[in-house]
Amino acid sequence: MTDRDRYQRQMILPGFGLDTQEKLLAAKVLIIGVGGLGCPALQYLVGAGVGYIGIMDADKISLSNLHRQLLFTESDIGLLKVSQAAAKMRLLNADVTIETYPFHIDQSNALAIISKYDLIIDATDNFPAKYLINDACLVLNKPYVFGAVSRYEGQVAVFNLDTSSNPIQYRDLFPEAPKPGEVPSCAEAGVIGVLPGIIGAMQAAEAIKIITGIGTPLYGRLYHYNLLLAQGFEIEISANEKVFEMNERIFLENCYEENEDEMDIPEITVSEFNRMRVLPEVYVLDVRERHEYPSIDFSDAQIPMSELQAKMHEIPEKEICIICHQGIRSVYAAQQISKKRNLKVYSVKGGLTAYFK
Amino acid sequence: MAITVYFFGSLVDITGQSKKELNSFSDTDALNLLLQKDYPTLISTKYFIAVNQQMIKTNHELNNGDIVALMPPFSGG
Repeated sequence: MTDRDRYQRQMILPGFGLDTQEKLLAAKVLIIGVGGLGCPALQYLVGAGVGYIGIMDADKISLSNLHRQLLFTESDIGLLKVSQAAAKMRLLNADVTIETYPFHIDQSNALAIISKYDLIIDATDNFPAKYLINDACLVLNKPYVFGAVSRYEGQVAVFNLDTSSNPIQYRDLFPEAPKPGEVPSCAEAGVIGVLPGIIGAMQAAEAIKIITGIGTPLYGRLYHYNLLLAQGFEIEISANEKVFEMNERIFLENCYEENEDEMDIPEITVSEFNRMRVLPEVYVLDVRERHEYPSIDFSDAQIPMSELQAKMHEIPEKEICIICHQGIRSVYAAQQISKKRNLKVYSVKGGLTAYFK
Repeated sequence: MAITVYFFGSLVDITGQSKKELNSFSDTDALNLLLQKDYPTLISTKYFIAVNQQMIKTNHELNNGDIVALMPPFSGG
């Protein structure tokens, strides 16, 4: 089997010949996050013949990944995502060199790794990583393809594609990262499996366009996709008037960690919670959004995280046990309450997921 | 003709709708103020505003038939 056979279907496309295919084979792409977005992006880039691909993720495969990370199978559970993904992708296309980074991106490794690549795909699932990737790409003048999902909706955009002093970047949309808990994660908000498949494939498409020069990249535009309505909505991005200053020194001194300067909140186990919740001086507060399941009958009140600031005064002078879906938002809610009210607050570790286990 | 406001992501939960028709408003500041009065949670929520699919950074005049979008950040992957 020759290369010509493998890529024949795309090489016969108008505007896509042998020289275009060679651009893909010469390209180096780093995919950060090998989850719902990263798996489909990786598969399409390997299929298309991108010559050198780095994949970065510290996580191991779990059963709850499989509904959307179709690269993995049940026998992969418990194994490292990057190792399994690399093994499978080498079987798909031996032309492609896969480099694995079995750890999370952080300030100490980002610049050294990103500098080895031509293009970055942000397939991460949290704001600290997204801001860190944005800033590192600015420092190194690397274009990157942003993707993110929330329940039935997704966003895609290309950032930092021009070399001007003020390229379009993620901070033009949202200059500062939301506080932890302000926006629920996939684990908390839920996501339908096919959605990151669509968004991750779009990220791969943008990467291929940027590498080969075909078409018009999604630069300076944010594309929003609503799966339930089967509707796209595109917004032209306005750059911040003030040039956002970013260089290696600022990047290394910046703080990307969540929970910085936040107080420690005592976490209680489910059995401790069960003992406490029946006591008259204990008040059980559910901070999930109203649409979240399952409904529970042992909470004294439900104040969704999004309404907490406005309803802070409704919380009585009791010991407060806060519960949410996974025990992430409840810690954040407890911090918010502790700041405003002088109350004893506890977060139920693992949330309702642990409770119903 | 009125002004159509589209809500995305978590803003749909806050406002209980993905689309709202409003009678004419002079500008986006006035519109945003009214929305925050009707849905106080919006005050502590991050989003940007676009008028006719162009992101705006400062107050923007509104005309009948304009489409306003409120877009929050997503981080899932």
